[in-house]
Amino acid sequence: MELVLSAVTGGLYAAGLFMMMRRSLFNMILGLILLGHAANLLLFTLGGLERGNPAFVASDPAAAASFPDPLPQALILTAIVIGFGVNAFAVVLIRRAHGAIGADDLDELKSTDCSD
Amino acid sequence: MSASPLIWPLLVPLLTAIGLLFLWRRPSWHRWVGLAGAFGLLAAGLFLLRTVMTEGVTTATIGGWPAPYGIVLAADRLSAALVAVAGLLGTAVHLFSISGVDARREAYGYYPALHLMLMGVCGAFVAGDIFNLYVWFEVLLMASFMLLELGGERIQLEAAIKYLALNLLASAVFLSGVGFLYGFAGSLNMADLAGRLAQRGPSPLSNGVAMLFLLAFGTKAALFPFFFWLPASYHAPPAPISAVFAGLLTKVGVYALYRTFTLMFVADVAFTHGWLMILAGLTMVIGLLGAVVQEDLRRVLSFNLVGHIGFMVLGLGLFTPLALAGGIFYTIHDMIDITILFLIAGVVHRETGRWRMESLGGFYDRAPFLSLLFLLAAFSLSGIPPLSGFWGKLALIRAALAREQYLATAAALAATFLTLLSMAQVWEAVFWKDRPAADPEPADALRPTRWEKVFQMTPIVGLTLVSLAMGLFPEPFFRYAEAAARGLLEPSAYILAVLGGTP
Repeated sequence: MELVLSAVTGGLYAAGLFMMMRRSLFNMILGLILLGHAANLLLFTLGGLERGNPAFVASDPAAAASFPDPLPQALILTAIVIGFGVNAFAVVLIRRAHGAIGADDLDELKSTDCSD
Repeated sequence: MSASPLIWPLLVPLLTAIGLLFLWRRPSWHRWVGLAGAFGLLAAGLFLLRTVMTEGVTTATIGGWPAPYGIVLAADRLSAALVAVAGLLGTAVHLFSISGVDARREAYGYYPALHLMLMGVCGAFVAGDIFNLYVWFEVLLMASFMLLELGGERIQLEAAIKYLALNLLASAVFLSGVGFLYGFAGSLNMADLAGRLAQRGPSPLSNGVAMLFLLAFGTKAALFPFFFWLPASYHAPPAPISAVFAGLLTKVGVYALYRTFTLMFVADVAFTHGWLMILAGLTMVIGLLGAVVQEDLRRVLSFNLVGHIGFMVLGLGLFTPLALAGGIFYTIHDMIDITILFLIAGVVHRETGRWRMESLGGFYDRAPFLSLLFLLAAFSLSGIPPLSGFWGKLALIRAALAREQYLATAAALAATFLTLLSMAQVWEAVFWKDRPAADPEPADALRPTRWEKVFQMTPIVGLTLVSLAMGLFPEPFFRYAEAAARGLLEPSAYILAVLGGTP
């Protein structure tokens, strides 16, 4: 299971970076979202994967070894919420920018390079 | 715990922002309620500074869970000084915004976003937990996205896309770094991590994680190969927003580098800090070479900002007590000085409606006092004694010579010279030369009213006085920076305060 998730995480990082390097605004946002997912999945895998055990910890410390670490899962929850907010903002931003620029092309973002 | 002085720098801006949201329908009240909040933040920052100076490292455990399991806030001398300066700059920019931000931006939530950003900045300065640091970074990023695109002009939207894409990329790298660090060392509390990483000693894995953090924080601090978002975005929003971004946001990245690379990643100093020094040298030279060729007043200042980040990181890269003290002193100086310069650029734009240096001129005739203030800030930034930039540069260059890092010394001296050149160009083009003859006299509508002038000049004069005090009486400030540097180099007091006595 770890191997599968590692491969998926790597694939997500690669896909995210690839999408960010395209010229299209829309692909860039998709790339950012994929990168966020990749980082979350990485945290999840690092927490350890244990199937079938209920989510409470026995007072016996030896038994705790067969449970996944709950902390990374808490971190992912936080990161997902933050990522959702930021991505929602990003999508609205590119929609407005698309309206102002009239193209889905990053090479058209030139008005920051010259002024007046 | 409710009385902990660490809570106020977070609570005051948060409550101010919430209060302002309740007053959404009365935007004309925002500026005054917000101003009270900004002064409150300044008071909270000074209170924290006083507490840390008398009692040493201050900590607060949020929710009552003890460290290293609970979330802990901690302020040593570096954090406390930065929080106090953040309060100072927040107040100054808030005062300036009263005349510098138009009514439409005010009505769409400029002041609440400003206060949320200040909260994020202060939170990042006092976070004692690496994941918490990530959360504060996102808080301040989210507020800064809003400030950057508020108004919705095309240049702002384009700038916001560039800023957002590269900063979110850095955040993803940061989060991955946090994940690896947790998987590798098993903790998120920075003081706890310091002990755990020290036990493990140097390894390729810990160096790799350190490089992930260098990439993430280097992007946020605008270090050399990662700085391209900054000159592409900081000149787009109105002047007070540019000023507060320039004064505070990159410095949060610098602070994060200072914290992580003195507390956690010190196992293989030759490798990690060697890279920091190389990047710092390149940042100084390339950033300031960029400044010399720019034609837009704000872009000149943006590249100056990038170049001077190099000085701060150079102090960290050299990693001696004198170098760190110089770097800390320089960071405080630069936060104040670059804000003054951006605010003065804002006044110039307010009165002429122009940013291109070619079409500006004759400002010395028009506003001799403002020109004098610009000259002071520009000389201070270039490091002319006895102004504040000189002492930081002196300490850094002495430390570089003591470590026999002649290339870094040469880079710092070249950067100093290029700053002077770039500032002289601005002086010549904006203040000294005659106004272009073909240019019509700026309309009277652009002339600020008397009250607007008061709100423009008070923050500039106030910050200049602080900068002058740092330059003319550097000793107390430098002693403080030295004590802060000692605290960073021997973090046992910090670790003990955070972990509450458990080793």
